[in-house]
Amino acid sequence: MKPLDYLKESPSQTAGPYVHIGCTPNFCGIEGVFAEDLGSTMLNGQTKGERITVRGRVFDGTGTALKDAMVEIWQADAEGLYPSPQEKRGQADENFTGFGRCPVEQETGEFVFETIKPGTVPFNDGRPQASHITFWIVARGINIGLHTRLYFPDEDNSADPVLGRIELKKRVETLIAEKTGDAEYTFNVRLQGHNETVFFDI
Amino acid sequence: MSDGSFFQRDRDWQPAALTPQYKTSLKRSPTHALLSMDSSISERTGPTFNQNMLGELDNDLVLNYAKDGELPVGERIIVQGRVLDENARPVPGVLLEFWQANAGGRYRHKKDGYLAPLDPNFGGCGRTISAADGSYAFRSIKPGPYPWPNGVNDWRPSHIHFSLFGSGFAQRLITQMYFEGDPLIWKCPIVSMIPNKGGIEQLIARIDMNATMPMDAIAYRFDIVLRGRRSTMFENRLEGN
Repeated sequence: MKPLDYLKESPSQTAGPYVHIGCTPNFCGIEGVFAEDLGSTMLNGQTKGERITVRGRVFDGTGTALKDAMVEIWQADAEGLYPSPQEKRGQADENFTGFGRCPVEQETGEFVFETIKPGTVPFNDGRPQASHITFWIVARGINIGLHTRLYFPDEDNSADPVLGRIELKKRVETLIAEKTGDAEYTFNVRLQGHNETVFFDI
Repeated sequence: MSDGSFFQRDRDWQPAALTPQYKTSLKRSPTHALLSMDSSISERTGPTFNQNMLGELDNDLVLNYAKDGELPVGERIIVQGRVLDENARPVPGVLLEFWQANAGGRYRHKKDGYLAPLDPNFGGCGRTISAADGSYAFRSIKPGPYPWPNGVNDWRPSHIHFSLFGSGFAQRLITQMYFEGDPLIWKCPIVSMIPNKGGIEQLIARIDMNATMPMDAIAYRFDIVLRGRRSTMFENRLEGN
């Protein structure tokens, strides 16, 4: 039989300790090549929606915050529309990128995003998903980027179809950010050990 | 048109999270099973980037950090190839970002203390966006190999890091490109975490004499494959959705 002519996805390799050089060169002192680091600004003055700050850290199995991780987020606008050509349900807010990228701070390990609270978007069967932000995390020692999600503690997450698939209900909590101030949420990611974050194969 | 859900990621083709020969993975690898699910609109969509964001020298690492009239030290190379998906179709509009060490194997980064000197004319970063036929190209110098603290005497083969955005966030990929003929490839703990020889070979760029510029720069060809998407034509949809 003739084999099917599909290709294989290129294997992932770790982002390594010097990911900043390519992804956020200004952050690591390489100035004058790119005008600004990609994903450093998600909003402008005209962006619709509730301004929020999302901060957190990524912890390894010893409970130590990573100092060399890079975190990316992708989310819908305030109306629940993605600023993407794959979005067929309407026109997303032109003043919102939906995409953020943040290298963690090199002393504290903290990432911070200034964004807006996303609207809800449908699941594949039409049920609404609770408001969420998609996370992708890479670092030295992470062989393939890790997908996860942030959910909000002040939203109704009880009928979310994705959270509903988590078998160990206690682990759902690992995806729910903590409200740590007015319009501020903290989302800590734990790569392994106690309260290991739920990561997705998506 | 392929804008449906993604093919299941072949985890037997990809490196595992826990690879003891790469020591840093030990405490940075999830131990629970991943939660598997079909991608939703949150992962089928993704950020898009257009040519307007690119500077003239973004894809020219030979010049984009060099002082006026000076050049970096090293073998001049051109890296070119195509971004395809698992359906073997070109993926246009992909933002590719690259980073690498200089010819001596030293990164322009405060965490890198290797003996080899920095090159005042080499920054080590670049980017481009794939064309309608999935093609991309950039110019650089060949990075040197370097030692790293893992085993007592581990060396990285010459390599260039790549970051790619496909049309959906589920395609997000970071990988590394190696150079044909480098004996260090087969001694590297980061390479050897790739379970199949065919997978390793997928990351080795081949010398392309036809694309090589005589008396100027050696060309390497490096095709990259992102996850495939299903056609939405027959996908299950609720009425009116």
